[in-house]
Amino acid sequence: MADHFPTGLDRDAILELYRALCLTRAAEERLEFLQKQGHVTGGVYRSLGQEAGAVGAAFALERRTDGTGDFLAPTVRAAGALFLFGGDVLDFFRQYLARATAPSKGREANAKISDYQKGFVAPVSPLGTMLEVMAGITLSFKLRGEDRVGMVFYGDGASSTGAWHEGLNFAAVQRCPLILMVEANQWAFSTPTVKNTRLESFTEKAPGYGIGAESVDGTDVIAVFEAVSRAAAHARAGKGTQMVELRYFRRLGHAQHDAHEYVDPALTAEWEARDPIALFHARILERGWAPEEELQTIQQEVDEQCRVAAERALSEPVPQGPDAVGDIYTDVLMPHPWTRADVPDLRNACDD
Amino acid sequence: MSRAVPEHLQKTAKGEAVTMLEAISEGLYEEMVRDDSVFMMGEDIGTYGGAFKVTRGFLEEFGDRRVIDTPISEGGFTGAAAGAAHMGLRPVVEMQFMDFISPAYDVLTNYIATSLYRGAGPMPMVIRGPVGGGNRGGPFHSQNIEMAFFHTPGLKIVYPSTAYDAKGLIKAAIRDDNPVIFEEHKGLYRAPALREVLPAEDYVVPLGEARTVLEGQDLTIVTYGAMVHKSVEAAQTLKNDGVSVEVIDLRTLLPLDEDTIVESVKRTGKLLVVHEDTRTGGIAGEIAIRVSERAFEWLDGPILRVTAIDSPVPYSGSLEDYFLPQTDDIVKAARYLAAY
Repeated sequence: MADHFPTGLDRDAILELYRALCLTRAAEERLEFLQKQGHVTGGVYRSLGQEAGAVGAAFALERRTDGTGDFLAPTVRAAGALFLFGGDVLDFFRQYLARATAPSKGREANAKISDYQKGFVAPVSPLGTMLEVMAGITLSFKLRGEDRVGMVFYGDGASSTGAWHEGLNFAAVQRCPLILMVEANQWAFSTPTVKNTRLESFTEKAPGYGIGAESVDGTDVIAVFEAVSRAAAHARAGKGTQMVELRYFRRLGHAQHDAHEYVDPALTAEWEARDPIALFHARILERGWAPEEELQTIQQEVDEQCRVAAERALSEPVPQGPDAVGDIYTDVLMPHPWTRADVPDLRNACDD
Repeated sequence: MSRAVPEHLQKTAKGEAVTMLEAISEGLYEEMVRDDSVFMMGEDIGTYGGAFKVTRGFLEEFGDRRVIDTPISEGGFTGAAAGAAHMGLRPVVEMQFMDFISPAYDVLTNYIATSLYRGAGPMPMVIRGPVGGGNRGGPFHSQNIEMAFFHTPGLKIVYPSTAYDAKGLIKAAIRDDNPVIFEEHKGLYRAPALREVLPAEDYVVPLGEARTVLEGQDLTIVTYGAMVHKSVEAAQTLKNDGVSVEVIDLRTLLPLDEDTIVESVKRTGKLLVVHEDTRTGGIAGEIAIRVSERAFEWLDGPILRVTAIDSPVPYSGSLEDYFLPQTDDIVKAARYLAAY
């Protein structure tokens, strides 16, 4: 007989969480493989050791596909949240592989995908900006009286930016239903937390904005789910902006180009022993929530899902060079370089 | 149900002349009435009605959900406007003085201008506010900011010079699905000479179209904003010399109405660009290269420019008058060019 399930979760939910964790890791491992083969030209940003943060948090929100659900601004290390919100694994590979079929048509990299029906917006690399943008998205929920909350991910680095402060202050003053997810993975590229803040915990910033905050073990998917559920309930109840800090560790470099040499290997080993997927796997078996075979099947399914998606994305066309000038304005066509066009004489290029 | 329009916004309806500032207020008001998705954010725009009172009476009329007094954080509320635009709202953001747009430079150039291109959707929003010198405002209440953004594909930049254009352009900007930076020259806001009776019916002035203010044969002056009026003044003086000057008001700086400029230069053979913004990296450089590309053989003289000097905007009147391009500068440059 299975041990009782945590509040708000049932057997299906446990397995969905497990699947999302495995999918995140499988997709990222597939990306590394594709990069080694030379297919991914941009950076591959792994979330190894952080998967439970994104997955547990997104799972605590209301996910719909008709533009009425909760809303997410992930980071490149929160692909699990994107997948849970209905982000297509195929689109994820198309983005990394810079295909014409990608949501951004090959113009933008990695997990930066938007779908406002499913409820997520593509982040930009200066991540502090997303605090401002999500303040406005959740402001729109408030202005229209919609029962929706927003969630924005960012890390140690963005926490130090002016945009972070301005966005958070705006959201707090307006009591926007926004949840801040601090990916406290102890690194901003090679800069350790101690060089980003004097504080022990990022939650100590929250009182300065008059918002609620909670810190949680980011390797424990259930604990994350529970903490974010509390934050979401507060936000939904009109208590305004909330902060949840995910405490964990970035076990690889910033991206593949970063060999992680500035990190004490003993410290990395310590966190390897706290692998979120291994921990959850053990807990599922220990509590008898599902048998090993079922978990193995899930692993095989997501591996296959990623293999098929990557293969399909690889088979799709890359954009044509001239597509670079599209979608700059909704109504103004930007000119192609005249040296590339069939124009014999620039003087007459635009004459009647 | 029709709203009771505040007294001070009824001038056009009553057939009375309005200033450029009143024209902008009317345009904003009418768009707020026309479209519920339009809302405003900015510093002191609600209770106080805006530093220049452009939004006076709006809070009472539309409530604090559509007229939002923000914290002092231009980056924060411009970014929030972007988020609201994603959700189908049409924010109009006021910069109390456009000099303070710089904290929003990041979100405007990196986020807002790239949104459509990145696949994150269109950005229907307006960032408007007062610009320009002559009011003894000193370094931080006098700047022109167009060239900080002119280099950014995805943004539009509008800079009206008359009440008629200001109203038609602000309405067009609000209805545009792209982000529009809208510059309002403080010196023109309440200039008595600019008062005019506007059409009572709804109208827009399309973005991206320059206007020929004066037709002439000998020389083209391309300009915008407050310098339109100084250029026209200079043209009257030159007329007495027997020099016929064509004056073109760009109205929209980005995208630039290149065809109107080139067409005019091909007729007159000479080009003088006049702008109140500083010299280096000013729009004159871009216009000169475009004319060089497309009308080199029609030119009968060098392309010249009259601009502010390359310095911060000084406070003292004597310094600021020296800093700003004056009518006499335009006359002198035009005479030089006409004699070429």
